[in-house]
Amino acid sequence: MSFALETRDLTIRFGGHVAVNSVTCGFVPGTLTSIVGPNGAGKTTYFNLISGQLRASAGRVLLRGEDISSRSAPQRSHLGIGRAFQLTNLFPNLTVLENVRLAVQSRARLGGNLWSVWSSHRELIGRAEEVLETVALAAKRDVAASALPHGDQRKLEVAILMALEPDVFMFDEPTAGMSVDEVPVILDLIRALKTQADKTILLVEHKMDVVRELSDRIVVLHNGALVADGEPAAVIASPVVQEAYLGVEVKK
Amino acid sequence: MLSRILSGDFPRSRVLTAVLIVVVLGLALAPFVFPGARALNVAAKICVFIVLVASFDLLLGYTGIVSFAHTMFFGIGAYGVAVAITRMGPSWAAVAAGVGVALVLSFALSLVIGLFSLRVKAMFYAMITLAVAVAFQTLASQLSDLTGGEDGLSFKVPELLTPSFSLSETPFLGVSLNGKLISYYLLFAATVLLFLVMLRIVNSPFGRVLQAIRENEFRAEALGYRTVAYRTASNVLSASFATLAGALLALWLRYNGPDTSLSFEIMIDILLIVVIGGMGTLYGAVVGSAIFIIAQNYLQDLMKLASNATSGVPVLRDLLHPDRWLLWLGLLFIISVYRFPIGIVGKLRVNAWIKARAKAMAAATAKGVS
Repeated sequence: MSFALETRDLTIRFGGHVAVNSVTCGFVPGTLTSIVGPNGAGKTTYFNLISGQLRASAGRVLLRGEDISSRSAPQRSHLGIGRAFQLTNLFPNLTVLENVRLAVQSRARLGGNLWSVWSSHRELIGRAEEVLETVALAAKRDVAASALPHGDQRKLEVAILMALEPDVFMFDEPTAGMSVDEVPVILDLIRALKTQADKTILLVEHKMDVVRELSDRIVVLHNGALVADGEPAAVIASPVVQEAYLGVEVKK
Repeated sequence: MLSRILSGDFPRSRVLTAVLIVVVLGLALAPFVFPGARALNVAAKICVFIVLVASFDLLLGYTGIVSFAHTMFFGIGAYGVAVAITRMGPSWAAVAAGVGVALVLSFALSLVIGLFSLRVKAMFYAMITLAVAVAFQTLASQLSDLTGGEDGLSFKVPELLTPSFSLSETPFLGVSLNGKLISYYLLFAATVLLFLVMLRIVNSPFGRVLQAIRENEFRAEALGYRTVAYRTASNVLSASFATLAGALLALWLRYNGPDTSLSFEIMIDILLIVVIGGMGTLYGAVVGSAIFIIAQNYLQDLMKLASNATSGVPVLRDLLHPDRWLLWLGLLFIISVYRFPIGIVGKLRVNAWIKARAKAMAAATAKGVS
């Protein structure tokens, strides 16, 4: 089976601290892989290495078999790696619609256009409105992103990722801090993505029920190293996860 | 049509629309409504500053880059014209050559400064631009063979623009149709054109990316925008428009020296105007320049009147003495920055927005009741 995305011996060191330690892992299209582990395990750092916010100290990142380790974050975005951030990362004083429209515009590669009026590109606005519908934010399109309640900001974060239409979706705790009744909107979106055979989904999530329900596969990181990888049921039951992730002392 | 000209970026406030119409009409009719050389000089200076401040707003207000080198590019434009005409004589070819060389020099300098230092933190960038600007100013006053040193360069302009050139013997509405008038209208037309071009740029997809970078550079990168390229482009564009503003100033004054176009005082004026007018609005440059330059030029006259009127009151008379005008100008700025932290244009737009919302809510409740 060919991997959509692959990391080989991916490592990053901050001084003496090895945050991600030689992680080799491949991700197959049409599957959702959850990456779990305790706080500080290196999950977000691993994401940063894949989407290009950080450069690896050693090892490689491959997209559709091509080495993209030396590519910048913007280049990786255009190559099809999309990222939603754990800490909400929006354009605070721009409207909800504009936040999404900027993503649509990037995908359309129109950013270098200095001479047309932005609002004359109706198709970009239309597409942004479509995406906002899917996260139930259409009614708030003209509100500044910073004025949204936390749950809506999380939805907008996901909407921006959707608007990029990447091949690889990376969700970093998409439902963190959301109220219980808001979570299903996001989970439905992720479920809908899973039905598309060409999309590869990576999910960092702490809620184990969500992980259990959505995942085709679970990868466990602990102290920056990959310590378990496989079917959800098997991984969750394994002693290493019980100990490393759930903090349960395993009786020998 | 109007929407196309304004790039869909309307004033969005009735008061602002009215103020803008007054400013534009005032500038358009200045030679006829406000006769006299001094009034026309003030109008011309407002025009130049509209272009200069708008170009700075492109950088500071839209992209979020703090630069102190803006007067350097302004000076390059002014010196370009001055030096070229001094060397080549008062011809249009000299003007074109001067503007052309100045634009190339500004382009190269802004590109180098941009690439060298846009990767560093904002504070260091501001310091680097300050250092480069001071070095350039020193250079300009030292190279006296080329620039005329501290004395600057007085030069002749193409005949069409000279006061001795006459379009018609009979005055029109009491104003003689000479080269000075043509010169003013050329400046006015260039101001309108350059402002509209900048308005288009900030409302283009490119301009929208600049605002995204100002808001959250990290996120803009993650969306696929190469922010270094955009910031450098913003730097180069801003420098080019400032250069053109400098060329316009030199052509109008028929003189250029370090104090007219390079001094740090002008840099402070630009900063003040952009803050008073409203950052990231572009219209703020129009409103701010008009208010600032008028205050700068007429506050002393106003104070002379006030001082004479209060000549019997001991302390007040001294406070209102024309020599204290800087004190009052400073006070005016403190008050305006305190009252309008988002600038005049920002404040007017917020007011209009609050009003519209109150209206909409009132309409909604009325509907609910009936």
